Amino acid sequence: METHGYFLDHLWMIPLFPAAGALLMFLFGRRLKNAVVSTICVGSVIISFIFAVAAVMSLLAMPAEHRFVEIVLFDWVPAGAMHMTNGALMRFDVPWGVMLDPLNAVMVLVVTGVGMLIHIYSVGYMGHEGGYYRFFGYLNLFMFSMLTLILANNMLLMFVGWEGVGLCSYLLIGFYFLKKSASDAGKKAFVVNRIGDGGFLLGLFLILGTLGTINFHEIGPAIAAGHFPIGAPVMTAIALLLFVGATGKSAQIPLYVWLPDAMEGPTPVSALIHAATMVTAGVYMVTRLNAIFQLSPIAMDVVAIVGATTAIFAASMALVQNDIKRVLAYSTISQLGYMFLGLGVGAFTAGVFHLMTHAFFKALLFLGSGSVIHAMSGEQDMRKMGALFSKIPTTARTFIVATVAIAGIPPLAGFFSKDAILGAAYERSPILWIVGWVTAGMTAFYMFRLVNMTFFGKSRVDHEVEHHIHESPLLMTAPLLVLAVLSIVGGWIGWPESLWGSDHFAHFLSPVIAHYGEEGASVAEKASRGALTMEYLLMLASVLIAATGIALAWRWYISEQERPGKFAARFSGAYRLLEHKYYVDEIYDALFVNRTKDLGTALGSFDRGVIDGAGVNGVGLVTRIISRISMWWDKWIVDGLVNVAARFVGVLSYPTRILQTGKVSGYALMIVAGLIALLGYYLHLVRLPVH
Amino acid sequence: MLSITHYLVLSLALFTIGVIGVVTRRNVIIILMSIELILNAVNINLVAFSRLFGSVEGQVFAIFIITDAAAEAAVGLGIIIAFFRNRETVLADEMDLLKW
Repeated sequence: METHGYFLDHLWMIPLFPAAGALLMFLFGRRLKNAVVSTICVGSVIISFIFAVAAVMSLLAMPAEHRFVEIVLFDWVPAGAMHMTNGALMRFDVPWGVMLDPLNAVMVLVVTGVGMLIHIYSVGYMGHEGGYYRFFGYLNLFMFSMLTLILANNMLLMFVGWEGVGLCSYLLIGFYFLKKSASDAGKKAFVVNRIGDGGFLLGLFLILGTLGTINFHEIGPAIAAGHFPIGAPVMTAIALLLFVGATGKSAQIPLYVWLPDAMEGPTPVSALIHAATMVTAGVYMVTRLNAIFQLSPIAMDVVAIVGATTAIFAASMALVQNDIKRVLAYSTISQLGYMFLGLGVGAFTAGVFHLMTHAFFKALLFLGSGSVIHAMSGEQDMRKMGALFSKIPTTARTFIVATVAIAGIPPLAGFFSKDAILGAAYERSPILWIVGWVTAGMTAFYMFRLVNMTFFGKSRVDHEVEHHIHESPLLMTAPLLVLAVLSIVGGWIGWPESLWGSDHFAHFLSPVIAHYGEEGASVAEKASRGALTMEYLLMLASVLIAATGIALAWRWYISEQERPGKFAARFSGAYRLLEHKYYVDEIYDALFVNRTKDLGTALGSFDRGVIDGAGVNGVGLVTRIISRISMWWDKWIVDGLVNVAARFVGVLSYPTRILQTGKVSGYALMIVAGLIALLGYYLHLVRLPVH
Repeated sequence: MLSITHYLVLSLALFTIGVIGVVTRRNVIIILMSIELILNAVNINLVAFSRLFGSVEGQVFAIFIITDAAAEAAVGLGIIIAFFRNRETVLADEMDLLKW
């Protein structure tokens, strides 16, 4: 095996550090002190991060076109021979292996980096909570699963990580499992994700049957060898099935409903799993398999339309939420929709770029909201906040940085990534661009609504809570500061060429994006060749609408606070629709949940009536009848014979029995009588000579 | 001169009295005393025949029987006391548990 230097050769160790941490917590966590737990669990992620950074540095040192390392550890599923759908026979072996290329290099840095910061933050945030070791054990297990998902060199191993993160998500959403809403939310997330997982699995099987391999680096050559034309139906089927998996994990329409409820989990969990890492797994998976998606224009259109629809749909719901974390949850769904919009229009690098910048600022927003909630003694309702800026200055400042970043104000991170997506969307279809553009305005509005309601204006805080407001400890604010810096500079590596930058990020990722001739060339590249004026106009438009959103939020929530109420009253129908989240949960309940319950009830009555009634109870009844007969036979025939014999003996014994009177004198008389009889007999025999 | 017949007649009389006593009396203590009479009837026989045949074995046997009678009386009275403690009676016709 050729070597690539220590860290690339030991790539497989990156997920193992958190795995070891999780195992230790599982075995000994209960007995360890909190300080030891933090050291082990945070330490393991820090080591992972160091290994990841070193490995990516080694990867960067390689020539751009050869940046691919694969390490197969062992043969995992040696299933043997199988037939492909075209009849050819092939060997189906799945190795347990890891790989590193530019795409998952980005992912692994984001996951370990942001993950590390959130672990550190959690030490402060969870310090007073029960189940400290359980929390960190789950977090480490999540890191292991997520890193397995990212580093896997084949789809089956990726699926292991995919399921692992789903499990950890379930465990951590339901962390406060004594609270019914939390455990329900965990279950909801798990069940909704299962639907997506089904799509993922079917897609996996179809890839295996069609291409004969599920190893990522063999999929591209297999497609080339198979001569699939663009628009091949089987590729469309695979892409759509995989996208179903992506909608589940990445909370897109129609499977997004679990993510808002997932806010029941502790805030660091929301930041790590439900904003920065796990929910981006779908984006990563689509990008990883872009060779397949690009062969299917229909699937690409579906991805783009679902992404755009989700973006604007979720953003509209975020406009009226009053729970600080729920605003961020809908914002996350909306931003994930942006990423899929980018992927769908062929701007894979832009989608991943937004994934990265979003990880920075959304993790910061969630951690900041956690810090606010911490300061507010657990209050999450923004209507009971206000004027917190001076009381928790570090949190507020970093939070505002992230808000400006997500609103898309240059030169912060969000601007570059959002603009790259919007530019590509415009190339594809102006309608998609308009949807994205309006969403950008709504994003700016609801984010500044959140900031204004929380940090500015008049204080609406309860008196008792007001005394306890305090800035969070350094353990919590330090990650906020690091993330704030990343939210500012994180976009600069993708500084577009039109603004005299060099877009390192797109060039770095381009080797993992498939290119199919001229007509299939990624739209992002076409965009870069498009008219520069148009691009400037688009940028100007998105900055303008962001500014409009900010200004509107300022006017409504700072200077003329009676406005929102009046507006809501005038459009009460629309307001109620948004407040009830378009009644999607209710519709799902009516269409699917209750129908499933009905099916369960029907099956239950079938079970009780037919299986239990006719089957089990019938057999029971027959057995009882047989045993009744058997008992009658036993009682009257078998026992009867015994009794007859006994009675016979009893009757026979009657004459002798009456002799036994129990009277001693009677016996004595008998003895005497017997004696006399014997004596008489004896005398009669001997016939003594008579003198 | 007393012949052997006189002794045998006495012995027979005692024996008969004893047997009638055992069969007819209800009190267990009297029954025990009647048994003593029977035993002593036997003793008279033994001693009489010992004298008649000029042999000493009969007298030895008689002494054995006296010893035996003493032991029997002791055991018998012990049983009667134990029984009395349980049933508060010494009447033989009330001792009728051993029947079917």
